[in-house]
Amino acid sequence: MSVSLHISNFCLIRNNHVMAGKHLLFTGKEIAFQDFIKEAYQHFKIGYPKFYKMDNLSKLGFMAAELLLKDRDLNRDYGKDGTGIILANAAASLDTDRNYQISINDRNNYFPSPSVFVYTLPNILMGEISIRHHLFGENAFFIQKKFDSLFMVEYVTQLFEKQIVACCITGWVEMDADQYDAVLFLVEKTGQLNDGITIFNVRNIDDIYCLKI
Amino acid sequence: MEKEIRIDIRKLVFVEDVYIVSDNIITNLGFTTEENLDQVVSGHTGIKLMEDERISPEPFYASMIDREELTGRFSMLGNPERYTRFEQLVVCSVHDALLQTKLNLAGRRVLFILSTTKGNVEMLKDNSRTSPENNRLYLWESGEIIRSFFHFTNDTLVVSNACVSGLVAILTGARLIRAGLYDHIIVTGAEILSEFIYSGFSSFKSLSRGPCRPFDKTRDGLSLGEGAGTVILSSRPDLNPEREPVLAGRGFSSNDANHISGPSRTGEGLYIAIQQTLKHYKGKTDYISAHGTATPYNDEMEAVAITRSGLQDVPVNSLKGYWGHTLGAAGVIESVAAVHSIRNRMLIGTKGFLEPGVSQSINVIAQTRSENISNCLKIASGFGGCNAAIMYYR
Repeated sequence: MSVSLHISNFCLIRNNHVMAGKHLLFTGKEIAFQDFIKEAYQHFKIGYPKFYKMDNLSKLGFMAAELLLKDRDLNRDYGKDGTGIILANAAASLDTDRNYQISINDRNNYFPSPSVFVYTLPNILMGEISIRHHLFGENAFFIQKKFDSLFMVEYVTQLFEKQIVACCITGWVEMDADQYDAVLFLVEKTGQLNDGITIFNVRNIDDIYCLKI
Repeated sequence: MEKEIRIDIRKLVFVEDVYIVSDNIITNLGFTTEENLDQVVSGHTGIKLMEDERISPEPFYASMIDREELTGRFSMLGNPERYTRFEQLVVCSVHDALLQTKLNLAGRRVLFILSTTKGNVEMLKDNSRTSPENNRLYLWESGEIIRSFFHFTNDTLVVSNACVSGLVAILTGARLIRAGLYDHIIVTGAEILSEFIYSGFSSFKSLSRGPCRPFDKTRDGLSLGEGAGTVILSSRPDLNPEREPVLAGRGFSSNDANHISGPSRTGEGLYIAIQQTLKHYKGKTDYISAHGTATPYNDEMEAVAITRSGLQDVPVNSLKGYWGHTLGAAGVIESVAAVHSIRNRMLIGTKGFLEPGVSQSINVIAQTRSENISNCLKIASGFGGCNAAIMYYR
């Protein structure tokens, strides 16, 4: 039996812009990611001090999830383990790996820090989103050369068909030195974007991913 | 258009049974599954006091693969100067597993999944800027190098999900076969020990002063290890007819939603993963292969989750005392051991365990013994609050 799945919301963060549900929500003045994401955090009045402790990959994905799930409570809607988080990127945690490596390069100036080391795993981002939104469901982090809409649709669809998830946050969150790019989709059996229902399929996902902002 | 066709095909196919038709383990204890399990059953450990300045200025306990032996083995397959230790390790493991099957590697119905946390991260040393020459730092590039070596048709899928990577990779493979998208999936988990990894766990004060002692009263941390494990999953049992079939069943991965570096005190995420797995199985669970890193918090959390699940009387072991914690490889290596335990009707003793040291009264297997088990619940947990569980059965 096949299920019909909908993209009930999406969020894109790239080029100093934040877009969610087809609306451009914020344009930052700052160019550098560190400054831009802080500006966005203040603009959206997030109020979550742990944000400042996160590495850049987690800040990026966390912010995208904040706007994707604005006014939603998925723990209430789908139960604590009903929502899956399936993410992918190309650089894994390499951005933070480089910073950690600098802290151990010199044996005479050796300062490995557990608070940096813990972020040398890309799935920490899923932990941050899970903590914030009280989500206990299916988790997986994949590394792929580029955004692979076919894999995403196939993998997420079978999770619904086999009733492993009833709702899914999926997408691409990439952070590599000065380059960043995030697109998150909220996938549900029902739901609609503000200008009509958008089916969760390869073409629609590619269209959203390729939006120029 | 091919994209849409694949999805249509899936609706016509129904597969439930996913067979584990071949496997391999490479660690300090050997280059095949048999070599490793012979050593394990004899009670030997790969964890030794090492002196290696490249990894730590001080001597340390770890299970490490002999560098020259790996290079020697690999040189029968390829030019060792063109491949990193990590890549050589993956190639050797995949190659040995493939030797045991009649699998035809060509075609779009075969997928390779690579599980690792850090891949070639040792190449970052003194090279903190990524350049075209060290593209190999990207895990997808590691996947591509292996794809190219074996001439696989499809792009490699890489899973990097902390210490549950291996189980998530096998779960993913089993699901993709069950969904009818592939017929055969080769899953390899691999990890090389580096200064990067060693210093990080050391900064967390997670490392044991001696060889690790899972679930024991005196346990004081984990021992790191390096190694690789491979399983070949298939919808067809006849790829290896000499062996009694063991199957990869349903499973679940979850999050504690509690803390990014510490396990949940209530074992909530692991409890959920176990519940979501067991709901597909009516009979009793015969054996649990635990994560059992031997850190005080991990083993306690697992004991709580096992007890909350009503499985406190089920025999449980940890294999970390033989191979150390091999991170992204651990789930695969320990799954191979679980498959052979089921096939050989055997429960492996928990090396390093003498006296119970968790708050719950769980049934830790102290000594290796024969027992007529027919299934194994494999569990794992890791940084980021992630957990996973999967059932293996015959």
